[in-house]
Amino acid sequence: MSDKDQPPGDSGTPEASPKMVGAGGTAAAGGKPPVSKERRLQARRRVLRTILLTGGVMGAALSGFLPLAYAQKQRLRPPGALDEKDFLASCIKCGQCVQVCPVAAIKLADLVDGFGVGTPYIDARSQACDFSCDAVQCILACPTGSLTYHKPEFLPVRAGAALAAKPILLAKEKDAEPTLNMAERIGVARLTRPDACLAIQGKGFKGQARGAGFKGRMRYMSVDRWKPIKISAHPYDVAECDLCVRECPVKGAITIETVFAPDGSKRKSPVVHEPCVGCGVCEMICPVEPAAIEVVPREVWKT
Amino acid sequence: MSAVLKRRFREQIMVMFGREPKKPVVIAPEAQKIHLYKRGNRDLIAEKLHARAHAEHKNTWRNRRWATLLIVNLLFTLSFFLDIQILEGALTASRFIGFHLIDLNSALQVMLAHKHIINNLLIGTGTVLVLWILLGGRTFCSWVCPYHLLAEWAERLHVYLVKKKLVTDQTIDRRLRSVFWLIFAVLAVATGYTVFEAISPTGILSRALIYGPGVALLWVLALLVFEVFFSKRAWCRYACPIGLTYGVVGIISPLRIKYTLDGCFHEGDCRKVCLVPHVLDTVIKGRAVDTIVPIGPDCTRCGLCVDTCPTGSLKFEVKGLSKLL
Repeated sequence: MSDKDQPPGDSGTPEASPKMVGAGGTAAAGGKPPVSKERRLQARRRVLRTILLTGGVMGAALSGFLPLAYAQKQRLRPPGALDEKDFLASCIKCGQCVQVCPVAAIKLADLVDGFGVGTPYIDARSQACDFSCDAVQCILACPTGSLTYHKPEFLPVRAGAALAAKPILLAKEKDAEPTLNMAERIGVARLTRPDACLAIQGKGFKGQARGAGFKGRMRYMSVDRWKPIKISAHPYDVAECDLCVRECPVKGAITIETVFAPDGSKRKSPVVHEPCVGCGVCEMICPVEPAAIEVVPREVWKT
Repeated sequence: MSAVLKRRFREQIMVMFGREPKKPVVIAPEAQKIHLYKRGNRDLIAEKLHARAHAEHKNTWRNRRWATLLIVNLLFTLSFFLDIQILEGALTASRFIGFHLIDLNSALQVMLAHKHIINNLLIGTGTVLVLWILLGGRTFCSWVCPYHLLAEWAERLHVYLVKKKLVTDQTIDRRLRSVFWLIFAVLAVATGYTVFEAISPTGILSRALIYGPGVALLWVLALLVFEVFFSKRAWCRYACPIGLTYGVVGIISPLRIKYTLDGCFHEGDCRKVCLVPHVLDTVIKGRAVDTIVPIGPDCTRCGLCVDTCPTGSLKFEVKGLSKLL
């Protein structure tokens, strides 16, 4: 073991090589030579270096725990995602879900994002999942069951996370199979800034929902069922803003209803219902800045 | 397999886990004869000097390997970028024309963390397991892993700096890799999170190549800097659990490097270019236990030694198949 494994050791000059063999023979006869001070020092430095590398790698590995520490800072995961802890355990970080998404809604997290290097997430405001694929292809693509149609028995379902019925996709309502194969919601939409909501203010909306520079895309059945287009290429002109309801891909998830304001006056307001899966299209399309309606990731339905 | 080779086979497995190779205890009589013949043979020394003076360095296997590595990684990138869907996913898990392929170490981490195995994971892991058993285990490292290529370039820089006497290679205890393997396995089970995947330069690089660069690349850069200025090929040699996982697969692999004692001049050039010189201890004068010695499982089958060897004493071999041919 004390014999240091130095590559030049065996590449001696032609004269030295035979001598080495001879010397080795005599040393073996006389027992182990005492370890020199130099050798001992070298061995000690090597141990220190080993500890250094161990510390360095383990220190870096600690960054892997950031997602657990940041567990409160929830992100929207792709449809069919297991609960956050199970999701982090099972995701192999291959990005196959990213590759199948026709609107590129799924992105992979970076080191500084703090929710798992290479794990997929959806930033609904910049690009929501509008189920343009007509199914949930990301789930089909997942090789480890991190995104799944059917949760294995041993994983619990949080109360209110399960959908009462398979969500009906409005785009294929007339098809033989109109539903999406999703058992649980990934979040719930909430009117987080009601004061900003154009519908509540009784205002209409005219123009590009998110401005000319917005890169987000969506599938418009009236344009092309199989080709999502830029939202900026589809301007609106509505007397009373109902963009979130108009573009919601799931049947019965959101409606505009007449509500009474605290002062007793009648107002129009978007109201979210149980079928909401948390896809985030309402958040993406909301024309006010910041959005009046947002998806709360991992949120469950509370009656 | 003869008794001396069986003994070496077992010893090489221990060497893979971090033990330093020892001088052989038993040497086959035929090999002993050759060792004796070579001892102090003036003609042989003259022949060696002559061969050395006329040796031309080839890069055949290195070029083939680099081409393979680049094509595989490019195929990942193009599959997504051009949407040609041949090799979808990343190195951790992918689909080759629809067939699931899952990296063995990543699969292991996920299984340990999640404690549940679905069919796709099993199918993908099985396919890859068979593939790498046939292709040589750590062949993955040198022929596919993108970090390996960067590390090879970093190694060049390191060797240059060593030559200029600006740095020295600080060796580290090789047992550390086995310790890391265990730590990451235990961490995955205990925390329920695939901790290693967060720092795996293979995964980070593969994803960066396919989905675009990220801050995580800084970690890869830090590793490379460490290797250039401090310790040669430190990550692959002393840390990477992926290498050990594939190394274990390579134990029973038929594809390997074969060493022939007869023509070897024992210059040791092969050990200088080798990522894992401890597997080439057999080329040291007087160490070969038999006339033909297969190289152990920690070998990445990179072929650098095959390119470097001036006498053709190191060659690729497929066990069983070579006999047939």
